[in-house]
Amino acid sequence: MSVIDQAAPQQYRHLRLNVLRYDPRHPAAKPHMQEYQIEEADSMTLFIALTEIREHQDSTLQFDFVCRAGICGSCAMMVNGRPRLACRTLTRDLPDEITLAPLPFFELIADLSVRTGKWMRGMSERLQTWLHAQEREVDICRIEERMDPDLAEQIYELDRCIECGCCIAACGTAQMRQDFVGAVGFAKIARFRLDPRDTRTDDDYYELIGDDTGVFGCMSLLACHDVCPKSLPLQTQIAFLRRKMAAQGL
Amino acid sequence: MANETLIIHAGLADKSRKNRWPARFDLLQSSTGLFLALFMWAHMGFVASILLGESAMWTITKLFEGYFFFGKSYPWLVSCVVGFVALVFVGHALLAVRKFPINYRQWRAIRAHAKVMRHEDSTLWIWQVYTGFLLFFLASAHLYQMFFWPQNIGPFASSDRMWSDGLWPFYLVMLLAVELHGGIGLYRLTVKWGWPNASRQTLKKVKWALTGFFLVLGLATLAAYMKIGYEHRAHAGERYTPDWAVEQAAHRGDGQ
Repeated sequence: MSVIDQAAPQQYRHLRLNVLRYDPRHPAAKPHMQEYQIEEADSMTLFIALTEIREHQDSTLQFDFVCRAGICGSCAMMVNGRPRLACRTLTRDLPDEITLAPLPFFELIADLSVRTGKWMRGMSERLQTWLHAQEREVDICRIEERMDPDLAEQIYELDRCIECGCCIAACGTAQMRQDFVGAVGFAKIARFRLDPRDTRTDDDYYELIGDDTGVFGCMSLLACHDVCPKSLPLQTQIAFLRRKMAAQGL
Repeated sequence: MANETLIIHAGLADKSRKNRWPARFDLLQSSTGLFLALFMWAHMGFVASILLGESAMWTITKLFEGYFFFGKSYPWLVSCVVGFVALVFVGHALLAVRKFPINYRQWRAIRAHAKVMRHEDSTLWIWQVYTGFLLFFLASAHLYQMFFWPQNIGPFASSDRMWSDGLWPFYLVMLLAVELHGGIGLYRLTVKWGWPNASRQTLKKVKWALTGFFLVLGLATLAAYMKIGYEHRAHAGERYTPDWAVEQAAHRGDGQ
């Protein structure tokens, strides 16, 4: 008899998922909580639990996912009050009762599904989060300029942002002020500021984030840092940008 | 009318070079807060001298009135310090109020956010707003009193204010508000601008230890003034002068 056969049958928990439901396409409907019960399974993630519910209990339940591996950032939602990625959240790390709600701040599609991409695109355009290289003829016969590996590593560290929106949902300032840039914007500015190929100066960056909708609006509540699923060093980067932008005022 | 004003009024301010004042305002908000928090701790040290005895507190009071430099007390010297602190205080209030939730929508949003998230630093900020709002009134009243009646600071005068004038509840609330606000504010300064080689957990532990220390010191000091005020209630209005200072003044043939 194998070891597996000898093992006692595992007891799985019954999970109760309370989901905040609302579909703006049906204005007559009111936002309400709906409870689903499900039996936990080995290595079950919230994404798996929600998929199970949608497939076997309620096909109208709406939530987003693409990659199921913490890369696309689509499945961010409020899990027991904190923004998290459903695909990276194991149910075994949560209590029996789980409350799910859509990310605040972003445009609601329905239930747990929000349109983060629309806001992210607006933020990107506003902060010009692309490489601003000097306009010059590119000589494709020449070897590219080398970059110090340590610097490349630092840039890569900030480039790991997946734009899931968790930092914005966790940000007290953003909840009060819809025009606030937020940690995702600061991380992007910090990334391009590091890049030697980008020719912008602090004077240029001040034009983008040098006011109360930018870095001076940040009240350093730092929930962004605490909830970032990619563990980006947001606290130190925002403090660094604040020092650099404040120096512009001297 | 200045062209700049006309441009701002037309909603075209963002079309020219961004103003540098937001950077200066941010620096000023932090630096005035730093000054006030450190002043508050030093102030607590001075008023807590009552725990060492009435003579010690009298000496500190007279030191600030210039008695030991000029041989005579000039309470207006205290008014000058109070006036400067009041200016910094008003400046800090003006800059900090920009961050307050200023309408019902913002207030509802930040309260719901704090309740849902249960995130310590976010909740601490709401406490900063509460205590800051209280201090608009309490600190203003205190500064006003100290500015116009600086001569009423002393072992008996301050104690009478607590007990015979019945102001101890005012000082108790102000003590709690100022210690919480200043302590949280100093912690926030360290994370806002960066503090090398220290985790937030460590900074927060230090912050709570300091807040606890100053609260205990403040409560003990308040209790000491109340006790003296209670014992001195029959003679409220009389001023304290240590025996050695009376003898010294008599020897010199002048008053204090």
